[in-house]
Amino acid sequence: MKARVTVTLKTGVLDPQGKAIEGALKSLGIDGIGAVLQGKVFDLEIGDMDKAAAEAAVKAACEKLLANTVVENYRIELV
Amino acid sequence: MKAAVLVFPGSNRERDIAYALELTSGVKPTLVWHADSELPAGTDLVVLPGGFSYGDYLRCGAIAARATIMDAVRRHAARGGLVLGVCNGFQILCEAGLLPGVLMRNAQLKFIARNVHLRVESSSTPFTRRYNAGAVIEVPVAHGEGNFIADAETLRRIEDEGRVLFRYCDASGAVTPAANINGATNAIAGIVSENRRVLGMMPHPENHVDPAIGSTDGRALFESLAEALQTA
Repeated sequence: MKARVTVTLKTGVLDPQGKAIEGALKSLGIDGIGAVLQGKVFDLEIGDMDKAAAEAAVKAACEKLLANTVVENYRIELV
Repeated sequence: MKAAVLVFPGSNRERDIAYALELTSGVKPTLVWHADSELPAGTDLVVLPGGFSYGDYLRCGAIAARATIMDAVRRHAARGGLVLGVCNGFQILCEAGLLPGVLMRNAQLKFIARNVHLRVESSSTPFTRRYNAGAVIEVPVAHGEGNFIADAETLRRIEDEGRVLFRYCDASGAVTPAANINGATNAIAGIVSENRRVLGMMPHPENHVDPAIGSTDGRALFESLAEALQTA
């Protein structure tokens, strides 16, 4: 089993990197793209365990290290 | 004073801190490796120096905050022990949950390395007892992620409790948007814990302790600590 964790900034947190990318897209002349928010993706290899245990382990990883929940949200997908 | 200066892979200001501590207290601090599980017996001050611990991987300070030695630092802080985190040390203290908030990318996306002015907001802490409240000091900054933010409730609390110890200001002490170099909320450059025993700050007072450098504006911070620990 594998898990994909996506970490993004919470709404309202200033994301200067996203803003810079947004500006670069505009200067490339790519139309139709509004706000850009930059995030992070982690792909985790999960050992031999059932789905509930895997979910619990990945959630612990997110809460304790992968995301700073003061400013970031995380989303877990098990595949 | 029995000070311990932590060293993580990528720390690079531990010697500057050690120099400032020895210059002002006369006692050489111990350098403590991140993988150690205990602080030296009798440690009364822990300093987390600046640098780029773990290459700033994941988030600045995130990995160092989970290092083995940090459990000992948490126990030291819980006992009311003094802790100072400068620059990357401030980032580590926030990531470790010893101070509230987060240091985000500078609003202008630039690494800033230059002297700045700070207003000392309170003299009633072990870190600032040798300063007058309202004093303006000049010390350097060198960081890319010093933009302090916290949720509205946390901000209200640290402001109401007078826990903002340093603010970016101009030479006259005025807190202006132009003087707020990195876009920090309320121009916050340094905050203390609820018991005022843990300080995190982005600027480097340890750089301005020796007249040979041209300024000694940071020296009183270390003298404050030496005095606080002498009379404790």
